[in-house]
Amino acid sequence: MKQSRLAFWIFLAPVLGWLLLLIVLPHLDMLYMSFRSGNFSDPGWTLANYRTFFEEPIYWLTFVRTATYAVVTTLFTLVIGLPVAFYIAKVVRPRLSGALMVLLLLPFWVSELVRVYGWMILLRESGVINYFLLKAGIIDTPIEMLYNDATMIMGLVYTSMLFMVVPLVSVMESLDDSLVEAAYDLGAGKLCIWRTIIIPHAKPGITSGCIVVFMLSLGNYLTPNLMGGKNSLWFTEQIYNQFIASFNWNQGSAFGFLLLALSSGIVWAGLKLTRQKLGEVAS
Amino acid sequence: MIRSLNNGKGYLWSFHTFVILYLVFLFAPLVVTCVLAFNDSNFPSLPWYGFSLDWFLSPGPERIGVFHDSQNLRAMVTSVQTAFWVSVFSVLVGTCASFLFEQEEFPFKSLLYMLMLVPLVIPGVILGISQLLAANTMGFALEDMFGWDVGWLRPSFWLVVLGQFSFITTFVTLVVSARLRKFDRTLEEAALNLGANRFEVIRYITLPFLRSAIIGAGAVAFLMSFENFNTTLFLVGSQPTLPINLYLQVRDGSTPVINAISFLLIVGTSVLVLFNLYVSRKAE
Repeated sequence: MKQSRLAFWIFLAPVLGWLLLLIVLPHLDMLYMSFRSGNFSDPGWTLANYRTFFEEPIYWLTFVRTATYAVVTTLFTLVIGLPVAFYIAKVVRPRLSGALMVLLLLPFWVSELVRVYGWMILLRESGVINYFLLKAGIIDTPIEMLYNDATMIMGLVYTSMLFMVVPLVSVMESLDDSLVEAAYDLGAGKLCIWRTIIIPHAKPGITSGCIVVFMLSLGNYLTPNLMGGKNSLWFTEQIYNQFIASFNWNQGSAFGFLLLALSSGIVWAGLKLTRQKLGEVAS
Repeated sequence: MIRSLNNGKGYLWSFHTFVILYLVFLFAPLVVTCVLAFNDSNFPSLPWYGFSLDWFLSPGPERIGVFHDSQNLRAMVTSVQTAFWVSVFSVLVGTCASFLFEQEEFPFKSLLYMLMLVPLVIPGVILGISQLLAANTMGFALEDMFGWDVGWLRPSFWLVVLGQFSFITTFVTLVVSARLRKFDRTLEEAALNLGANRFEVIRYITLPFLRSAIIGAGAVAFLMSFENFNTTLFLVGSQPTLPINLYLQVRDGSTPVINAISFLLIVGTSVLVLFNLYVSRKAE
């Protein structure tokens, strides 16, 4: 028993060190910094960093915009992901579904930067798609397809697709075929089966997929930065600007804390609404 | 509807078409990137001027291939080193965490477990800035109190390793825990009855059982670290990792060298992912 206590402490010490030093303390420090004045001659507690956020329309407008677009991204991802997941789990032959799954997972292990870069050479003015459209005589002058909101959302959908499809596939696989068969025998239409059987059954997968995709889009920096236009500012870019360009760490901390509050608030609400626990969603 | 039912042809075909279009959507950017890495042109765009290995092998001066591009090569080495240390640390601590959460009972366990999951819901950018702040605060404190100047607390290689470690360990813990949950604890009891102590049990029985999960988790950690951008962005010092270095090049205008690097990354990643899949299949 004594040895077992020793083992316990050997397991506990590195875990506590990791969680306290690298997760808890840094975020407390961020919260603390966000309430401090950045003025070196007169340091002290202040609400100025948060006041700036609410008083400057560009900041809170970007914030609202980021949240709205993250929601739109999540919806698109769900609409595309549902049929794909259903196809893999229920329609295609079982032997093929394993191979399809690998095929779906592969692109997401490649660095996000490479994937975004691939879209850039496809879509830009001198890009591959424009080249073929010109060749085919569909257009006369190349169109700039990059640097607008629609492309940016497409990019976000692309980068977070995996996190929607994987939970959906696993939840679809757990659906009992005989339920669908019974409904079919009783004369239910496809729409009715989807509405009353498949969607309710897939709800936990839908929630966890939506939560993860929303959070990842909200906190994404790379895709909005490279695919969005000059006007499509993302809130993470504001944080970056405060930290690296203006060197106003206190202001940046306030922004960071607001983004964290928003993302955890939405995740929490999503879990509460569907009566799930973070632990269940994660595993 | 499902495969056991008699579906209409039109229904099935619309499904097939949708999924084929989806696969095109998934792979188009990767395929185009790879193909253009071999185009004999100074720009990563069409038309196709013929096959060339210049963007890999050319020593310069007009075209510098990846293997002669010292800046990108250095970034690649930095990324490999970072990913190596991140995997070592996260596998060590993550395995400890799985033992702690799966096999030990203690007060506040569920609280600690929740805390372990928290990195899953913190955006990468926030993780980056909070670690930058904390390291900075600690650096100042150490200098004030003891007059120590701790270099790695400024944006640097080790700060990147720590930043990535902080959230990748969560993934390692989840992977190893999932396997540990399937472990038959009567084996442990048998070994304990035969006179082994806790550490011998872990070393000779539990760890061999976990080996494939640990290798898999290590590979996942390596890949996650290798491709991380959001957290690294704030912690990187004078040695950029490959994603950061590529980002700077893409932002300032692209050359086919980026395609060549992307090609190598895509091939390397696919090999590692398939290897990982093979290992985990074998363990099943």
